[in-house]
Amino acid sequence: MKIKADDYLVYDESTGKYREDAEQKVRDDVEKHYWLNVGRTVLKDWRLYLMIIPMFLVFLFWRYFPMYELLGCFKVDDDTLEVADQLYAGFTYFQTLFSGEGSLSVEFWAAFRNTFLLSFYGLCFGFPMPIIIALFFNEIRSNIARSIYQVITYLPKFMSTVVMTSLVTMLVRQSSPIAGMEMGVISRFLVEFGFISEEVGNAGLLNAPEFFRAIYQISGIWETAGYDSIIFFSAIIAISLTSYEAAQIDGAGKIAQMRYVVLPSILSTIVIMLITRIGSLLNVGYEKVLLLYNPNTYVTADVVSTFAQRYGIMGQNAGIATSAEMLNNIVGMLLVICANTIARKASDVSLY
Amino acid sequence: MKRKLEVSELIFKIISYVFLTIFAICCLYPFLYAISAAISGREAVEYGQIVLLPKDIQFEAFAEMFNNNKFWNSYTNTLFLTFYGTLWAMGVAILGGYALSKKRLLFRKGFNFFLVFTMWFSAGIVPQYLNYLDTQEIFYKLGITDDKWLVVIAMGMAAMNIILLRNAFEGVPSEIEEAAVVDGATELQVLTRVYIPMSKSTIATVALFFAISRWNGYFWARQMITNLSEHPLQVFIRLKLEEMQDPDIMTGWDEAYAADSVIFALIVCSIIPVLIIYPFIQKYFAKGVNMGGVKE
Repeated sequence: MKIKADDYLVYDESTGKYREDAEQKVRDDVEKHYWLNVGRTVLKDWRLYLMIIPMFLVFLFWRYFPMYELLGCFKVDDDTLEVADQLYAGFTYFQTLFSGEGSLSVEFWAAFRNTFLLSFYGLCFGFPMPIIIALFFNEIRSNIARSIYQVITYLPKFMSTVVMTSLVTMLVRQSSPIAGMEMGVISRFLVEFGFISEEVGNAGLLNAPEFFRAIYQISGIWETAGYDSIIFFSAIIAISLTSYEAAQIDGAGKIAQMRYVVLPSILSTIVIMLITRIGSLLNVGYEKVLLLYNPNTYVTADVVSTFAQRYGIMGQNAGIATSAEMLNNIVGMLLVICANTIARKASDVSLY
Repeated sequence: MKRKLEVSELIFKIISYVFLTIFAICCLYPFLYAISAAISGREAVEYGQIVLLPKDIQFEAFAEMFNNNKFWNSYTNTLFLTFYGTLWAMGVAILGGYALSKKRLLFRKGFNFFLVFTMWFSAGIVPQYLNYLDTQEIFYKLGITDDKWLVVIAMGMAAMNIILLRNAFEGVPSEIEEAAVVDGATELQVLTRVYIPMSKSTIATVALFFAISRWNGYFWARQMITNLSEHPLQVFIRLKLEEMQDPDIMTGWDEAYAADSVIFALIVCSIIPVLIIYPFIQKYFAKGVNMGGVKE
């Protein structure tokens, strides 16, 4: 909208005077009646706007109102105070978390580190697996055999987190001499093959902090690797046969075909998926951690969400918990936005 | 043209088969073990004699599960949550997605951002918990004392799913809509007679996403449903697992089957419905994943 006087007044050469610009008058009119027009359009099309209301309200109430609760990180948790005095504790909670002194702060930093590490190891070990599996799927020419493999490897993804963690818990359970129970079957395998000592197996793998990350990653691969391969596999089967034939005529062996035909074709998919993963580095599935960890493994297992859950929901320290989540979420959001910007620059595909 | 396989290709093929077979066995083994352990005799389970095949077969652990009213109760609750939860979420998502797919919608960009922002930034579980507590209070005041409705209405909406629907609706040619409007169709008729039939497979996929997440939902159901008899299956499994880990129960155990068998029987029971419908829904999921490349 032009608002400068020069635009509004036009110099008329024939009369040598300034006169009002007719177009600008129309523009002004439009501006003056903007909200009126909006109202008219909405009224005329009220059915469409009625449709969007439920969605709007659901997101407003249960996605945006919680964000208001985030202000709790500045609040003193004391109902006897006036509302104005309750706001603001200022940055005391953040200072407690950042200070590096006291058990709270130590625990928070451990949790923050674990959050990052669990995702990072997931990126290192969990990310390449689906790609490898997709490459192997492609080698199986028989449709029936491939379908069987696919159905089996997608299966764990359909199990709930509770079922999965219950299975893991039972398979690596501790032995219980009083009740006369042996350790879990996977632990027994591992002891047999000498990966872990018998004492560790008897005490239960889930009680050993040094094994938590491995259990988390391996169960993660078990759960998602097959299912996640779908997207890479569809990228691979989209490659036309002529590309392979051309490579073969040029004398390319299998490795060379992989290197020069398959990889370049699925590279964009890989990049996109990689960037998505990096964007959600601070977004660890807390449900799984919550169901697998116990006080013995807090050192390596605790993530920010479970830290918050322990202090904010189980305990009475909502201020600290909220501040911790606030920090985590802000850093997480910055990561997502960076990842998305990079994705947009690197390729034409944008994630959101 | 039939071509002789080169050596490198042959080796690669063999590696593929071997690797995939091992991986598939690893994927399947825990489930097979669970079934075996659920139907094996007490000693075999407790002394760790079961590797793959069951021993001293008994079905009492299953019988105990089937005679357990709490188990059936939790099953009913899960069905309730899944059915009404999916219905509610789909209703909201279809209407919202349809409105968002219309170019003539005012503030379309704003609404889209409103939606997408929740994928970037979530308040976190403690603020959400406080919010749900407030909601619960309001629901109680309105006379809705069954916490299941709170779970159904307040939870489980996903911006991603609405965007999938929006994209599908955007793909419907506008000429068809115009023709319907000329024939005198109202907005709702356009949606139900044109858009929904034309994007059936996306709708099925999104409904499945919602249904699975409802069926598997655990954390919030456990936090927010105060009445024990209203808990869904997942919470029931977890509580049973925690109960069975208690040393007192294990030492005082005097049934003909092992305490572990109960857990395994429960796990098997809970995954049977999923296994039955799994072959039918699997292809929709593959489709859903490929739709994930979202555009703005």
